[in-house]
Amino acid sequence: MDQAIFYGLALIAIVGALATIFFRNAMYSVLALVVTFFAMAGLYLQLKAEFVAVVHIIVYAGAIMVLFLFVVMMLNLNSVNTIIRSNVNIKWIAVLVGVGMAGILGYGTYLTTLPARGVNSTENGTVKVLGKMLFNEYLLPFELTSVLLIATMVGVIVLTKKEE
Amino acid sequence: MENLIWLIPVLPLLGFFVLGLGAKQLPKGVAGMIGCASVLASFVLSLGLMGAVFSNGALEQNLFTWVSSGTWSVDFGFLVDPLSLIMMLVISGVGSLIHIYSTGYMHDDERHNYFFAYLNLFVFFMLILVMSNNYLLLFAGWEGVGLCSYLLIGFWFKVDEYNEAAKKAFVMNRIGDLGFLLGLFLILVNFGTLNYDGVFNAETLSQVPVSTLTTITLLFIVGAAGKSAQIPLYTWLPDAMAGPTPVSALIHAATMVTAGIYLTIRSHVLFDLSPISMQVLTVVGLATSIFAATIGLKQNDIKKVLAYSTVSQLGLMFFALGLGAYVAAFFHLVTHAFFKALLFLGAGSVIHGLGGEQDIRKMGALRKVLPITFIVFLVGTLAIAGIPPFAGFVSKDQILLAAYEKSPLLFAAGVIASLLTVFYMFRMFFLVFFGQSRVEHDTLHHAHESPISMTAPLGVLAVLSVIGGFLNWPALMGGGDWLQHTLAGVLGMEEGHEHHHAISASTEWVLMGIVVALVVAVIALAYSIYVGKNTVPVEDEAEQGFGRVLSHKYFVDELYQALFIKPIQFLSEWFGRVVDPKILDGIINGVGQSITNTGALLKNIQQGAVGLYLFVFALGIILLLALQILF
Amino acid sequence: MEKSIFDTVPLEQFIILSLILFCIGMVGVLRRRNMIVVFMSIELMLNAVNLLAVAFSAHRGDPSGQVFVFFVMVVAAAEVALGLAILMMIYRNVKSVDINALKQLKW
Repeated sequence: MDQAIFYGLALIAIVGALATIFFRNAMYSVLALVVTFFAMAGLYLQLKAEFVAVVHIIVYAGAIMVLFLFVVMMLNLNSVNTIIRSNVNIKWIAVLVGVGMAGILGYGTYLTTLPARGVNSTENGTVKVLGKMLFNEYLLPFELTSVLLIATMVGVIVLTKKEE
Repeated sequence: MENLIWLIPVLPLLGFFVLGLGAKQLPKGVAGMIGCASVLASFVLSLGLMGAVFSNGALEQNLFTWVSSGTWSVDFGFLVDPLSLIMMLVISGVGSLIHIYSTGYMHDDERHNYFFAYLNLFVFFMLILVMSNNYLLLFAGWEGVGLCSYLLIGFWFKVDEYNEAAKKAFVMNRIGDLGFLLGLFLILVNFGTLNYDGVFNAETLSQVPVSTLTTITLLFIVGAAGKSAQIPLYTWLPDAMAGPTPVSALIHAATMVTAGIYLTIRSHVLFDLSPISMQVLTVVGLATSIFAATIGLKQNDIKKVLAYSTVSQLGLMFFALGLGAYVAAFFHLVTHAFFKALLFLGAGSVIHGLGGEQDIRKMGALRKVLPITFIVFLVGTLAIAGIPPFAGFVSKDQILLAAYEKSPLLFAAGVIASLLTVFYMFRMFFLVFFGQSRVEHDTLHHAHESPISMTAPLGVLAVLSVIGGFLNWPALMGGGDWLQHTLAGVLGMEEGHEHHHAISASTEWVLMGIVVALVVAVIALAYSIYVGKNTVPVEDEAEQGFGRVLSHKYFVDELYQALFIKPIQFLSEWFGRVVDPKILDGIINGVGQSITNTGALLKNIQQGAVGLYLFVFALGIILLLALQILF
Repeated sequence: MEKSIFDTVPLEQFIILSLILFCIGMVGVLRRRNMIVVFMSIELMLNAVNLLAVAFSAHRGDPSGQVFVFFVMVVAAAEVALGLAILMMIYRNVKSVDINALKQLKW
């Protein structure tokens, strides 16, 4: 049963990813990516990482993708004439590079001896465990992310503000 | 008193700094006073050391460690033994006289104050040279006097010819200095020290092979030949007459050029052990002596004649050194300092009186115009000719006796050299002071005797030229051989070991008689030619045959020009024309150009296309991963 | 011993999945000229790595991996916000979202 779910989700994720990069229309790309993200959230759940799965849906599917959608709609990029087309061969070279990368990484994985399995408790992925870790061992990075977010907020506002 | 040794060289140095820094502000009178006083004070201090040194022997004083390097170190230390004390007395004594003379001679020069500064600096270095207790400090003084010589020869640097002369002197000296320096390195390697007491240690000496000692001494001879103007490096000295006359008297007659002789006497322990070097000294000295004397026969510039005479006399001293007659050589050095300084200053007085004229063909009958100069010049000429009892007679006689002791042939050669000297000196003397006046009318009208500041030192030097011989008046003639006894300690000779005991008293008298008779005959010959017949030397271009060769100084300058200077100049020009602009600049500019070209080529990649950047970025990562994983 | 996904699906398959997703993202970055899609492809690559981190975290029984995923998400969110803001600026200036429209990047 687990196996079937895994393959199903993996298939959805891969198809979604491919759709993301092959759709001409950016709107469709965004929607395909949202599908991929949901499939990945399912995989997280299979791995018993409930907290990550939830945050993933909230942040990615909820916030980031909405932002993308928002921008796409705002720019109204359905008119294709803004895209400058030059060399068609580039597309195939890009695929070739991607396949090359996959080959290299795959070969690297094949050569690497994977670590032994550890004891995985259901507790590991819960808010309780992760919250304790965040506020003990990772307190400083956690606080720094808030600084990062504030800086980003200010930056975005400054950047997008129209000059009077 | 003994603790004040360091003050002797420091006073002239102080004078140099005061004069050099205050040259623009100080009035000439004050500057002259400072210059004279500093040297005179050194002289007085040296006099004060006489009692202690001559009765108790050497004084040694180490001021501080000068150079400390690993296994060896050199102290900044002074050694005052009879040898260096007599040198100090000559340097500071004759030096003071020449300083006083210069106040008159250089009075109208605009760079008067600098002149005194340089002179003081020279005295400082010369004193360092003779007072040092190690070879390194000696070398420092050696280089220092070379520098001062350069500065003073080119003192009137507005004349190109004088600058050339200064450069020539400097370069010639450098060649010699290189030899000396190599000798010092050899000493350091073989003895591990440069201190005199370390080098002259009998125990250490016995462990050094003779061949090494010969090499060292031969290198020293090269250095001495450069500084003391011996064959083949003598050509700078006649040209050095471009400097003001007091400089010629002080540096190029009395003191600096004798540094080579001082060095040889100081290192006599090494020379004694290497017979080959002694033979080289003899040959070089004798050859130089005769060679320079023959050139002197045809010179018409009053200072050039004296210059060649100096070279010849220095050759005679080297000859004596080669014979092992150190005392005779040193004695001649001292008397020569007196009478040659006298002659140069006398010549300076003549030149001064005639408003700068130096050609003896344009003089004549000056004895009435310059009476005092005439008398002192006569004394000097008689002294150099070797008429008893003048100083030159005694010292030269001792050299000739030493030669006779070795071989009558050497004696004959020495006599020929000194007779040649007598002839050209009297030729000059008669041409200047006797005969008919050939002085140009305007010049004669302004001709005048020199002021007291110039004649007084002349008088003192004249007296010294007369009585100088009594320093080492031979026992044979009722003297005490004072110098012989005084230097015995320094030269390691036993007391009472008379140098010329091999020759019987009667032989000695006969030889002396022959030499004096010959000298008188030569004087008579010169008199008959230049006063009796009123012969005047012809123009340089009109010289015929051998006379032409002599008046062109055997074409040695031309030979050197063709042998060394031309090839080097050609090489330099070739380097300047081809190697530097084409090859070196080519390489450097080529590197720059190739970088520019590569940049121009690579700049095409930098197109601002983000897509391309991303591609290169990805390919780079793949490449790195591939390197990491596959290899 | 609790039931775990790794009993039936080995770790290798998770690695291969995230590898495929990563490479698809990379192809997207290289292939597309629309800056928005390029951005999305980058997000895809980030998520592939996140998946890998969570898989290893679960495999080893160490929650630190999941904490890192959390941080990656924060940074990614910040990046997207800034990136889209910049994209807006570019669009305003050159009226295009083609990455090659911005040739002035060489200065």
